[in-house]
Amino acid sequence: MPRIWVFGTDVNTDQIVPGRYAPYMLSADDDVRRYAFVEARPEFAGAVQPGDILVAGPNFGCGSSREYAPLALKRSQVGAIIAPLFARIFFRNALNLGIPCFTADLREQLADGDEVSFDVASGTIGRADGQALHLPAPAAWMREVWNEGGIVPFYRRHGRFPSTGA
Amino acid sequence: MGQTFAEQILSRAAGRTVSAGEMVVVDVDLVMMHDSLSPSIIETLHTELGAERVWDRDRVAVVIDHVAPAATVRQAEQQQQVRRWVAAQNITHLFDVGRGISHPVLIEEGLVQPGMLVVGSDSHSTGYGAVTAFGSGMGTTDIALALATGQTWLRVPETVRVQAQGRFQPGVSSKDLGLWATRTLRADGATYASVEWHGVPFMHWTDRMTLATLSIEVGAKAGMVAPAGLTHSVPEWLRVEDEAVYSRSIECDLSTLEPQVSVPHTVDNVFDLGDIGRIAVDVVYLGTCTNGHHADMVAAANILRGRRLAKGMRMIVVPASSESLAQAAADGTLNILLQAGATIGTPGCGACIGRHMGVLAPDEVCLFTGNRNFRGRMGSPRANIYLASPEVAAATAVTGYITHPGELAASS
Ligand code: SF4
Repeated sequence: MPRIWVFGTDVNTDQIVPGRYAPYMLSADDDVRRYAFVEARPEFAGAVQPGDILVAGPNFGCGSSREYAPLALKRSQVGAIIAPLFARIFFRNALNLGIPCFTADLREQLADGDEVSFDVASGTIGRADGQALHLPAPAAWMREVWNEGGIVPFYRRHGRFPSTGA
Repeated sequence: MGQTFAEQILSRAAGRTVSAGEMVVVDVDLVMMHDSLSPSIIETLHTELGAERVWDRDRVAVVIDHVAPAATVRQAEQQQQVRRWVAAQNITHLFDVGRGISHPVLIEEGLVQPGMLVVGSDSHSTGYGAVTAFGSGMGTTDIALALATGQTWLRVPETVRVQAQGRFQPGVSSKDLGLWATRTLRADGATYASVEWHGVPFMHWTDRMTLATLSIEVGAKAGMVAPAGLTHSVPEWLRVEDEAVYSRSIECDLSTLEPQVSVPHTVDNVFDLGDIGRIAVDVVYLGTCTNGHHADMVAAANILRGRRLAKGMRMIVVPASSESLAQAAADGTLNILLQAGATIGTPGCGACIGRHMGVLAPDEVCLFTGNRNFRGRMGSPRANIYLASPEVAAATAVTGYITHPGELAASS
């Protein structure tokens, strides 16, 4: 069952992966995944399981353009990130990597360590007490990118950017 | 209906009239990539996207600035690979070790001009707004796609307007206006938006870069200073339109603005200098794309002239570009800084991201003229970083604690 990891407000990219652990700084056989939240939440990298969900406060991912912050989360196979507001560059990097990001504030409804069910297609989280939480639907073109596993596979397959409705 | 700068520039780039909220696929004028992300961008471009060449070798700028010169063998190897790639792709614009930080360098080189759309592998690419270009920071994948196609996707942003009135008091400068705006708007106050800065026609473009680079610290996609007073040639279509719609407007009276200090560990945690108490400082660091320009070194030198660093103080000066360094050497600024006891680093990003040239030890306190004071940004996560202007930096270097520049002028 996916586990909920709750984070605070203004979680910045230095907290997600400090610059000192940029892939650029690591030896070739090391994986940036190991440094996800290495200082902000030292137990995270060892305990996170595929499909786990991050629930955060506003402005998640603020700070630098470093894509290895969402990359560390993708390599950890995080199932979704849910926050009332995402920092812009983080949001696009996560979308490009195919990590579903939902804009919602679930910090009152979910607690750190909760075990839930999650259906990304319908955007539904099932709590242990039976209550279902419905996430706001993303734009259709974003879902297209998630379905392809990111913008690179999307581009390779379609030879174009997603159709944004223009 | 009038258009904001973002709407004007993105309309031109999209080839049709667009307004805030629309998703657009646009042609970019220039792609900037630096040493820190280039290895992964190059790999994504060739291995994942399967592209053999960049779309236009004249419209790519590669800058070795983040760890320049290299501090480890691995970095040296990666920079070597980047140089080889630049040669193999026959890319026109490579700015190697020592030329300086991408944002000022591309403006000095004339590659970024008013009205352009520039994407860069660096969040402070908003800095191109110093000359009213739409500069936006993106990650590895976006930059690789832009290299392959010459295009990117964007949501046309709403615009937050910052209007300045009046002139600064002595010892107060563009950094204080920038920090005041982060204090007023907060770290997420312009997320997904563009920031327009108005009312500063007296500023040189490097002072405008202080404002433009700080725009990302309120979450902005781009931050553009109004072109009035620029010495660059501004395209006729790029102008302030009366009917433009702003999502929010704030006003700052520069004549009453006090020196601002951003206190650890978030950029928007800003106070008037007079309200933070006596903070002892171990190291003053003057540099970065925000405040490492020639004018910033001059502002510091004006305070340091004939003075010495406080006992136990280190002062590290890392010029933003070789051009700034050369100017400081030519007009005697450098000598004043050296005589005061400062040390000078290679033009580039220096310790701004904690990789070399002055990283901080646990419990050290740094007065930094840069743009981020996040925990761990400049080295140890136990260090404390305060952000302020070059004037405050110089005054602090003399007294050993965070000091209002006026305090020194009065006593000398
Ligand atoms: S000086 Fe600092 S903020 Fe500016 S580009 Fe370099 S690392 Fe980024």
